Amino acid sequence: MLHLTLFLAFAVVAVAGAVNLLAQRHPINSALSLIAVMAALAGEYLLLGAEFVAAIQVIVYAGAIMVLFVFVIMLLNAGVEERTNGSRVAIVFGIPGMLIGGVLVAWAVLRSSGGEQVAIGALPGPPAEIANLLFHEFLLPFEITSILILIAIMGAVVLASKPQAVQKRKEH
Amino acid sequence: MPIWLFIVVSVIKSIILLFILLTAVAYSVWLERKVVGHMQNRWGPTRVGPFGLLQPAADGLKFLFKEDLTPPHVYKPLYIAAPMIAVVFALTSISVIPFGNSVTIGGYSIPFQVTDVNTGLLLILGVTSIGVYGVALAGWSSNNKYSLLGGLRASAQMVSYEISLGLSLVGVLIMAGSFSLRQIVDAQAGHFWGFIPRWNIFHGQIIGFFCYLIAAYAETNRVPFDLPEAETELVAGYHTEYSAMKFAMFFMAEYANMITVACLATLLFLGGWRGPVFGPPILQAILPVFWFFVKVFCFMFVYIWVRGTLPRFRYDQLMAFGWKFLLPLAILNLIGTAVAVAW
Repeated sequence: MLHLTLFLAFAVVAVAGAVNLLAQRHPINSALSLIAVMAALAGEYLLLGAEFVAAIQVIVYAGAIMVLFVFVIMLLNAGVEERTNGSRVAIVFGIPGMLIGGVLVAWAVLRSSGGEQVAIGALPGPPAEIANLLFHEFLLPFEITSILILIAIMGAVVLASKPQAVQKRKEH
Repeated sequence: MPIWLFIVVSVIKSIILLFILLTAVAYSVWLERKVVGHMQNRWGPTRVGPFGLLQPAADGLKFLFKEDLTPPHVYKPLYIAAPMIAVVFALTSISVIPFGNSVTIGGYSIPFQVTDVNTGLLLILGVTSIGVYGVALAGWSSNNKYSLLGGLRASAQMVSYEISLGLSLVGVLIMAGSFSLRQIVDAQAGHFWGFIPRWNIFHGQIIGFFCYLIAAYAETNRVPFDLPEAETELVAGYHTEYSAMKFAMFFMAEYANMITVACLATLLFLGGWRGPVFGPPILQAILPVFWFFVKVFCFMFVYIWVRGTLPRFRYDQLMAFGWKFLLPLAILNLIGTAVAVAW
């Protein structure tokens, strides 16, 4: 009972935050709503017994990535967004896409409601179990992902340092 | 333990802890003024009470009765929310800190800790990383160039140094094999050659401690990393437009964060509540908590000492130091520890 209440409370916060993210006109309010969504998701993970994932969700997404978002908004001093009366792309692709997505999710949920419940703690949640899975069973995907991230970092460095190289060439 | 008793005990512990924490915050302000005063050949506060000991109470009253100004040009919702975010998350992170072993009252073993979470350390890191928003949003919502610069500096600085902070702790985690603060302290029990305590700082984590110390100073915006509020260039940085209790909340958040950092350093590197324990049972119950507070006090004293000694970094120096020196050092420490433990 308590579990269900908490689940619903976090779910309401997450959905309300997501709606607010779209409805707000000021970028910083949208960013803050996104933080609320992330925090609520962390709460849901915690309810599933995934304490490590919940903590990482808060540290990485709510604490680091969103700080950078807010930083960029502050740095660019982004103002209130213009409001258009719905673009044609949104009407032609967005609404049907949303409907199809909603139907798919509803279908998946209805199909799997066969009472296959998993007790808390039945799935790997503590850090040690996750580490065992990551470094034994899923070592190859893990390493491939890390190489992918390394490539992304190198790309970011190259992109960030490009203007200077161009400048130097001009000076010569 | 039945659920109602658990709730009652938790509420009582939370209230006591909050009381202790706020008192500690007030008196670390007093300590800072006193110590820095003596370092500069002044007396510090002396008028209110003996040795100025009632100065925190006088300051608190002053903050309460001051006019709470809200400048007309601020973005009000966030302007009001920012100090609350700062102080709430600063006070929350103390909840998983264990102050000592458990005592047995009426058959139930009650630990000196509000709650023992499996991932206690991660929880503290998460909560403190959310606390950045208080400073950043205060700077932005004040709608003032000095405040904005302070907020920008704070967010950039905290994101940069958080990485070194996190990495400097991984060495300790590898040695303890747990995220639980209680187990990390338990892993530091015992002595080398009978007299040197097996604290992590004497157990190969001296570089980790060094990295943690520096990164923690930067995370709490303290001298020599107090660029977000550098008064010589930014008036007062992110809290320029704040007055009365709202300003006091930022002040409290800063000192509460310092205390959390000191507690964490004590737990992770200085052996937590471990120390000589002797005498009758009542003394044996109290002494660990006493040792814990002594270590936290020493750490706080070093904090103030550094403030009285070092000048402020320049901003490019701060960033270069964080990324080009501290981060590689923390990574080297991590690799070294991992190799040593595996070997």
